[in-house]
Amino acid sequence: MPMTITEKILANHAGKEHVVPGELINARVDFVLANDITAPVAIREFEKIGVADVFDRERVTLVPDHFTPNKDIKSAEQALLVKNFSRQYGLTNYFEIGRMGIEHCLLPEQGLVGPGDLVIGADSHTCTYGGLGAFSTGVGSTDLAAAMALGETWLKVPESIKFEFTGELQPWVSGKDLILYTIGDIGVDGALYRSMEFTGPAIENLSIESRLTMCNMAIEAGAKNGIVAPDAITRAYVEGRCKRPYQFYQSDPDASYVKVYQYDVSKIEPQVAIPHLPENSRPVGAAGNVEIDQVVIGSCTNGRMEDLRVAAKLLQGKKVHKNVRMVIFPGTQEIYLQALREGLIEIFVMAGGAVSTPTCGPCLGGHMGILAKGERAVATTNRNFVGRMGHPESEVYLANPAVAAASAILGRIAAPGEVE
Amino acid sequence: MELQGRTWKFGSDVDTDAIIPARYLNTSDPAELAKHCMEDADPAFPEKVKPGEIIVAGKNFGCGSSREHAPIAIKAAGISCIIAKTFARIFYRNAFNIGLPIFEAPEAAEEINEGDEVAVDAGTGIITNKTTGKTYQATPVPLFMQQIIASGGLINYVAERVNKECTK
Repeated sequence: MPMTITEKILANHAGKEHVVPGELINARVDFVLANDITAPVAIREFEKIGVADVFDRERVTLVPDHFTPNKDIKSAEQALLVKNFSRQYGLTNYFEIGRMGIEHCLLPEQGLVGPGDLVIGADSHTCTYGGLGAFSTGVGSTDLAAAMALGETWLKVPESIKFEFTGELQPWVSGKDLILYTIGDIGVDGALYRSMEFTGPAIENLSIESRLTMCNMAIEAGAKNGIVAPDAITRAYVEGRCKRPYQFYQSDPDASYVKVYQYDVSKIEPQVAIPHLPENSRPVGAAGNVEIDQVVIGSCTNGRMEDLRVAAKLLQGKKVHKNVRMVIFPGTQEIYLQALREGLIEIFVMAGGAVSTPTCGPCLGGHMGILAKGERAVATTNRNFVGRMGHPESEVYLANPAVAAASAILGRIAAPGEVE
Repeated sequence: MELQGRTWKFGSDVDTDAIIPARYLNTSDPAELAKHCMEDADPAFPEKVKPGEIIVAGKNFGCGSSREHAPIAIKAAGISCIIAKTFARIFYRNAFNIGLPIFEAPEAAEEINEGDEVAVDAGTGIITNKTTGKTYQATPVPLFMQQIIASGGLINYVAERVNKECTK
């Protein structure tokens, strides 16, 4: 019986030969995670269950990345709760500030999640790990608490949608543009409850970073997961990195999909999603003359080396526009250090930008770059909802790091070609 | 269980940032969260909502973040249930897990007006608009999820399982 990659991973973790869409399964989880916002609720619920231990100390991690470094006393108390729980239950992995990274940049980098895994996390962007060929999905704190206790979760096998990307990428186009374009086509509920499988020659040539970016935003189309079949590029990334054995799954050629979309990437320009939904994407040239106040480069969507390199390429020898503040968030300490070694941090600082320690900070309107009433930001993040980065009357425009860097230089939404 | 109350109507794609903005997520205290429920969609909502009232919304209600604080805020604000065309999937699970009744009923979500008096039979999923007299049937809930509700939420369900295994 032919299956998709998602169905194969789910079947394996449910101890079944095969599964079909709509089937309810009880699945073994390989790894579970939460952060400083969702973990406090999960801990509260976990303690109600009355078990003495988590299912596996090596497979549960709580990453304090949202309101850290602690932004106020209440946030500090939430972070302390996470730290104390991690110590009390002897969790192998706890990441204190200074060793911490944004969870969805950190876990793949540290080899804690890998191809063929089933991962659930109390963070909606847990779907990122599909970029490695894992099944991963976001859940709430209570679901996470149950999985922390049992090492299992119940799931409904999703129907799959196939997205086939062909053609050569245009200059300055990355995974971010492909996913913004896709969400613009299918809408913010275009893949509701379903799996988004990204395939085709253009995906096979895409870097791990861009694949992670694409799967990261599957949730912005309502999807349960996003996934890319692992290949030689994946192997090069995970070999010597993954701390547990991993397994490569592929969809059967005759697996069934509820829908198939085909896109020629040579026709896709750098995209901008205008307020207030990620589905409002359009070519950067069609965004109009939009003056901006802030640029944010980073986040679990675009805070990896490839992203910083692209931004630095455009910012080298240039200055951030006098009306703009630019804040850069490397995704992890390792990325920060690598950027330092490559001279990227110097480029950002010389351009007049601020470089921060890793944090989710401004992406969710937490801290480190909140917008005032009427202010506008271009951000490489994932959501541009009302009030997402601050005041309910502020605006966020989503874009890739090249568009963000060009916009920082010109003080308005700009195409990378304008500053090359 | 019959739920009955006046309705508040919202559009489509109401996201979790509108339900409970992240600036209030430095606490998980339900009463605190309730004070800011739906604030970025309707700043006056926390003031005017009364216990037992019902939210009616379009498609994809609760899209965005996985924050369980969103259904917690709605429940703590006194809302008895939500009727929508569709729900975003993480919100859907979270609502069941914390015991906030939600009903997928596209026709009801379309036709019910703000301020209508609506009654919902949580067992059968039959929705009655007492203002217009029209009735609707919500999409049935999978049996497995009915068992979670019967246990009083996911944690009780898991605790029962854990206890059963201990006494085996």
